[in-house]
Amino acid sequence: MSDAATSRPAGEVVLAARNIAKSYNGVKALKGVNFDIHRGQVTTLFGENGAGKSTLMKILSGVAQPTSGEIVLDGQPIVFSSSTDARNHGISIIHQELSLAPNLSVRDNIFMGREITGPTGVDYAEEERQVRRLLAELEEDIDPLTPVEELRLGQQQIVEIARALSVDSRILIMDEPTSALSATEVEVLFSVIRDLTAKGVSIVYISHHLEEALQITDHAVVLRDGNMTAYAPRADIDLEWIVRNMVGENYDLGSPPTGHDFGPIMLSVRDLTVPDPAGGGYNVVDRMSLDVRAGEIVCIYGLMGAGRTELLETVAGKLSATSGEIALEGKEISHLAIGERIARGLALVPEDRQRYGLVQTMSVGQNLSLASIREFTRGVFTSLRLERALIQKSIRNVTVKTDGPDVAIGSLSGGNQQKVVIGKMLATDPKVILLDEPSRGIDIGAKAEVFRILAHHAAAGQAVVFTTSEVNECLSIAHRIIIMRRGRISAEFTSDITKEKIMAASGEAVAA
Amino acid sequence: MTQSSANGISSPAAAARGTTSPIKLLLKGRAFFALIAIIIVFSFLSPNYLTVSNVLIMSSHVAIYGILAIGMLVVILSGGIDLSVGSILALCGVIAGALMQGVELKPLGVILFPPVWAVVVLTCALGALLGALNGILIALFRVPAFVTTLGVMYMARGIALLMTNGLTYNNLAGRPDLGNTGFDWLGFNRLFGVPISVLVLAALAVLTGLMLSRSSFGRWLYASGGNENAADLSGVPVKRVKITVYTLSGILSAIAGLVLSSQLTSAGPTAGTTYELTAIAAVVIGGAALTGGRGTVRGTMLGAFVIGFLSDGLVIIGVSSYWQTVFTGAVIVLAVLMNTIQYGARGIRQ
Repeated sequence: MSDAATSRPAGEVVLAARNIAKSYNGVKALKGVNFDIHRGQVTTLFGENGAGKSTLMKILSGVAQPTSGEIVLDGQPIVFSSSTDARNHGISIIHQELSLAPNLSVRDNIFMGREITGPTGVDYAEEERQVRRLLAELEEDIDPLTPVEELRLGQQQIVEIARALSVDSRILIMDEPTSALSATEVEVLFSVIRDLTAKGVSIVYISHHLEEALQITDHAVVLRDGNMTAYAPRADIDLEWIVRNMVGENYDLGSPPTGHDFGPIMLSVRDLTVPDPAGGGYNVVDRMSLDVRAGEIVCIYGLMGAGRTELLETVAGKLSATSGEIALEGKEISHLAIGERIARGLALVPEDRQRYGLVQTMSVGQNLSLASIREFTRGVFTSLRLERALIQKSIRNVTVKTDGPDVAIGSLSGGNQQKVVIGKMLATDPKVILLDEPSRGIDIGAKAEVFRILAHHAAAGQAVVFTTSEVNECLSIAHRIIIMRRGRISAEFTSDITKEKIMAASGEAVAA
Repeated sequence: MTQSSANGISSPAAAARGTTSPIKLLLKGRAFFALIAIIIVFSFLSPNYLTVSNVLIMSSHVAIYGILAIGMLVVILSGGIDLSVGSILALCGVIAGALMQGVELKPLGVILFPPVWAVVVLTCALGALLGALNGILIALFRVPAFVTTLGVMYMARGIALLMTNGLTYNNLAGRPDLGNTGFDWLGFNRLFGVPISVLVLAALAVLTGLMLSRSSFGRWLYASGGNENAADLSGVPVKRVKITVYTLSGILSAIAGLVLSSQLTSAGPTAGTTYELTAIAAVVIGGAALTGGRGTVRGTMLGAFVIGFLSDGLVIIGVSSYWQTVFTGAVIVLAVLMNTIQYGARGIRQ
């Protein structure tokens, strides 16, 4: 797939960053960044959370203006006054956090703010025709009249992409476009990107998924702490080079912790069946059984919609099963409320930390202590002293980088927010800890730390179950890998399996 | 690891940690400064405004709104709203009035005159029941809070009107020979020179403040209002929290109803009309977020005093009551504007 870069000649420079610097309240977010965006090529921005990628993107798309330096469009220096201004110059952005109106249909979202009007108001028929054409190009079978809230996250991402394509952009900025997509959907997106570049559209691509980005990119820009540490064409780089420039050293996600024996079965799931919570009329988890032992790390791999999230949510008590048994340490827990399951030693770290993990109105400390309030309640009142001790212990345990427990949770980076959610559940001293996509949207350094924490807790005798969409993460620390497909276990491997076999078992086309 | 604090993208952090510039301090303590400003301005305009007796009289007026506002605060903290407090106040007042007039048990041919303590307990129980009805509909049947409490607002008002046929129960003093005197104690008596109603407000405010800041229920409440999903997955009994806050609001409305009918020595079915809006205004002026999860009793009390001292001040200097309405409205809009500035874009997005 890397032939894309070598086979195409470098097109002319359409957009260039010249010494771009940006400060917020005196803090330098970007310190003199220089690179070119070539016509019909993909330029990828690599960097950890907080390295300055978002700031750079905001400047390129007109959302923010640089403190110093300039943007050169077609050889002419230009200042974008707003994102609309940038869009009028042919620069569109697809945000990581979807900006769709969930109540409106796909069609209405794509034409939001620039409806096609005829003599009788909005020309819905024409809009629908264009949307059908766009979605056909994207090989996505979505009815233009479906409300966006009824679509899966991956499909919503496709809609977002279709919207950007519908304005005939010359330069398309994509911020983590694949974070919610399954492997097959990613393939579709990549073929769309190839089509677009063939037509002369330039893509600025941002992704935490380094291998994936390497498949598609022509140029790499690496940022670290606001500095551009490297800029090179695809032919000159590889994965290690990127990681080295991103973090300054080689990072390893770790290997399965050894040197301890597995204990008794802590979690036992028998013939669990869960109907689609969205009311789809089918079972998202279909007569599934699973045993996890103390000290064991089990990775559940599967595509989106395979039922991973629903399985974990049912075990944790958020969804209810139509049949089957869930036992913790041999005792049935299906009738218990979430709080009671937590008290018995079962904890879930949800996938979407903004929606299900954090209370944004609370401080870092209050978030960390939220699941263990009973631990520091004496009689009617909470003990500030005990709470403080618990919070300090959690901050140390999961190594949260914070200016203290009282700062707003929103002030932490994504990786640290994720560690707070994990720390909150670990503070309940669980015997079984379930984590749904614990590495989603966090940088490689934070990922490695999260897995180190999990390995440490497994070695201490806790049973760990986590899901992931990245094969490498399964291969790194799990003792056992379970592949889920359509609500069932389609295969089970030990950690010495190859990537290709895992992907084949999950129903993915084997990537080159 | 990344150094999020160093890159400055997360500017709310810097703001929260931040250097306390005078403007930020002014913004943070806005309800307090507004109250001080009101007191200073009216003291200049009228020599009678800042006297001990007038402040106590104004405070006893504030007590009604204040008690309702405490209930409203806990509901708003949970992310809900309670429009039924004014009507529950009226219905509870009317029931208390009816009980004071005697309950006739026809088949037995007797009229029962319950003692005042029993009247108070029964009235509070009724408030709790109506509040719990709100809570159950909202938490278990997922009817939106706005609609549920709107419905209960109409029903409670209607029942109050039906019971009295639109008339008012006068003379709630009771008779010594029946042993049910003392109802006016709440509204008229003073302890150490302070009206009982103000002491009731103070006691309720302190209790609620302790509950919010120091009890596990308080923490549950802030978490459920801040992010219900996250609270639920952290084991917070979100439904129980919701039912409890509406029940509390109902009880506080009943208490306010008792205080009001005691102050007026009469109980009418149209009492407390639009008081729910005053209570919401007090909570909002006090800096609470209508989206839930943010707010304090201290702020809400300041908000109630701002509204009460402003409208009484306008009466004292002889401004038309129509202007009072305009002023109150302006203060509310200003307060919400300040909330928006303080909580920034994040508050709006929710």
